[in-house]
Amino acid sequence: MFIERQGWWAGVVVASIAATMPASAQPPVSRAVIGPGTFASVLAPGAGVKEATVRRYALDREPVTNAQFLAFVQANPQWQRDRVAKLFAEPTYLSQWAGPTSLGDTARPNQPVTHVSWYAARAYCQAQGARLPTWYEWEYAAAADETRSDARQDPAWKERILGWYAQTSGGALPDVGRTPANVYGVRDLHGLVWEWVEDYTGLMVSSDSRNQGDPEKLKFCGASALSAENRDEYAVLMRVAMLSALEANYTTANLGFRCASDEGVQP
Amino acid sequence: MRALVSFTPDRQPSRQVNIHMTRITNAVAATFGVAAITALVSHAPGWAPIASAEAKPAAVALAPGDTGGSLKGDFGPPKGAPIKAVLTSPPHVPPAVNRNYPARVIVELEVREVEKEISEGVKYTFWTFGGTVPGSFIRVRQGDTVEFHLRNHPSSKMPHNIDLHGVTGPGGGATSSFTAPGHESQFTFKALNQGLYVYHCATAPVGMHVANGMYGLILVEPPGGFPKVDHEFYVMQGDFYTTGKYREKGLQPFDMQKAIDENPTYVLFNGAEGALVGDNALKAKTGESVRMYIGNGGPNLVSSFHVIGEIFDKVWFEGGTRFQENVQTTLIPAGGSAIAEFHAEVPGSYVLVDHSLFRAFNKGALGILKIDGEENKLVYSGKEVDSVYLGDYAAEQGVVAVAASAAESGTLTLDQQVKAGEARYTGTCSVCHQANGAGLEGVFPPLAQSDYLMADKKRSIAVVVNGLTGKVDVNGKSYDSIMPPMSQLTDDEIANILTYVRNSWGNKGEAVTAAEVAEVRRTTPRPAGAAH
Repeated sequence: MFIERQGWWAGVVVASIAATMPASAQPPVSRAVIGPGTFASVLAPGAGVKEATVRRYALDREPVTNAQFLAFVQANPQWQRDRVAKLFAEPTYLSQWAGPTSLGDTARPNQPVTHVSWYAARAYCQAQGARLPTWYEWEYAAAADETRSDARQDPAWKERILGWYAQTSGGALPDVGRTPANVYGVRDLHGLVWEWVEDYTGLMVSSDSRNQGDPEKLKFCGASALSAENRDEYAVLMRVAMLSALEANYTTANLGFRCASDEGVQP
Repeated sequence: MRALVSFTPDRQPSRQVNIHMTRITNAVAATFGVAAITALVSHAPGWAPIASAEAKPAAVALAPGDTGGSLKGDFGPPKGAPIKAVLTSPPHVPPAVNRNYPARVIVELEVREVEKEISEGVKYTFWTFGGTVPGSFIRVRQGDTVEFHLRNHPSSKMPHNIDLHGVTGPGGGATSSFTAPGHESQFTFKALNQGLYVYHCATAPVGMHVANGMYGLILVEPPGGFPKVDHEFYVMQGDFYTTGKYREKGLQPFDMQKAIDENPTYVLFNGAEGALVGDNALKAKTGESVRMYIGNGGPNLVSSFHVIGEIFDKVWFEGGTRFQENVQTTLIPAGGSAIAEFHAEVPGSYVLVDHSLFRAFNKGALGILKIDGEENKLVYSGKEVDSVYLGDYAAEQGVVAVAASAAESGTLTLDQQVKAGEARYTGTCSVCHQANGAGLEGVFPPLAQSDYLMADKKRSIAVVVNGLTGKVDVNGKSYDSIMPPMSQLTDDEIANILTYVRNSWGNKGEAVTAAEVAEVRRTTPRPAGAAH
């Protein structure tokens, strides 16, 4: 409990000390412009509100790769694994790399970077003049398939996503960009890695998936998504469950990220 | 805990519903519960607490036969050095606790997501406690303080947690054990209630985690332990949902829709078809005693657990304190358990089934208990007689077969035809024309000594094949009825039937041949709806 609070405090510090890059007029081509839009999120925005709204935003077309993250830690040595503040990343941080500034044979340049903490992911995006996407931004983009902006009611779409869960993750991760681009030109939102979002701590899925009803019981008895609107949206709810299991300094073998920005977005 | 920043839905309506439901439930329980339980259970406790040199639980007034539950389950702080729990994979059970004081017991359970065979040539990604389905068996003593370490292997994709039904406390440990891949959680509980309890993962979506195999059993022994038996086994049922059909080869993903529909592809003991058959069968010898710890992980189905050819001497139903005796089939709810004991008398293979039998024979819910030893003919003789018994059908088939065989070899006699015809007449024609051929006056014409029948052989064949509607005069009486066409009968059958009626009840005529019937069938029209 103490560590967790300390984590929050540290997050504020990171945000204040990280240098923000000057914003350019247009997002890089590696980012797709999406929205604005409203949609039925699996997590209701608030009491009586069914639809979530996203403003216009730009989202990385692919998750951040090992090579990209390597360039970042070379330019920002305080994020190298042997120098990073213990508060910001647990010992497994970038443990798949051969060394603090080398990928080695075990990590291919175009694999998504994993074993990154929320703090590190956030710092990376800030160094690009960007930020982590919010949950709604991530979910809005991830509702699309190759031809539709909202494919979530299609059983085949659900089955495809659940198919990823049906595979164990013992082997090496594939490179980024192998899955088909969705209608926005964004890839790998499903089927490759989990991804950090800026406001993951707000995904108050109980640690026990069966809570419902009594807010007092929020902490124990219950529901996958006590706050979940569409309980049959298992494919997406499992993302939420995963994110809610995390602390900001955690790193895992299947957890990466991508960046988002408001650049080039008309007010 | 984290602040609830956003995503807070309005939970008020459902909360009120829940409270309301709880009240109803309580009222029902208050009205019927106590009386029902008193009536159902035996007064003899399943296991008697044995006096031991340990702290006395708080003084509570107890009714005779009442163990006191959790009120009598706290034997004070743990004593001695901490003990690391022995965990076993199914079908094995850890050794008895064999301890007369409460201890601190350390349980280290690792979650692994593994690909294994669910059936021959069929792979499935199981999520497991300890690498097996069901998960590792945990055994502690009532009053023990259990220090629980849940480790989620770094290769896991999913976060997991554990709810042990043997834990007193919110979520049964689930809130304290939510664990990301590559991490470990720790919590401690005192095992206040004795019994056999299911544990399972309770992470979203909980049904899916359970459907993927995340369940097991924890036994909280009574202070005095259990009587010794020769064998203890761990068997747990579960239902599985794959996108492919039963026994469809290859890696089969989980099918969420089938799970929601509660329509499993597999219903299995110990996580795989064949987990308890062949070399993996449970084994015992005659003269030995067997105790089975049986759980049902679900997520959906309730089990009617039965061992074919064995009667449970005792069943601690619902995994609780008391036993029922002489039980054939015991009901095990999803998320529940039972302990069954029996004595092996007769050698042979005994089949464990869910007596909802299509699960056993079409979805895999089968296991074998192989008992070796000397035959005991006084208890079970084995097969003493092996003969065909087919009732009337047998006799009927006999003469028909004789006639068919004779027809084939060209040696068919009138007598053979009459006998075969009689067999077919009975049940086909006798319903209306009566067994004695007399018919029913004014309704069904007689066949016995019938002028209409005997006057024209060809016409009589046509009547059988095509039916007869309208007025006919038989033996001076008028009939206006409907006989349906009997064209579903074969040429042989019709030939035999007609030969029979033309040579019974005073009738005397030549045989009707199958060729004659075939000729009529070919040359006459049948009414609409008749068979060929």
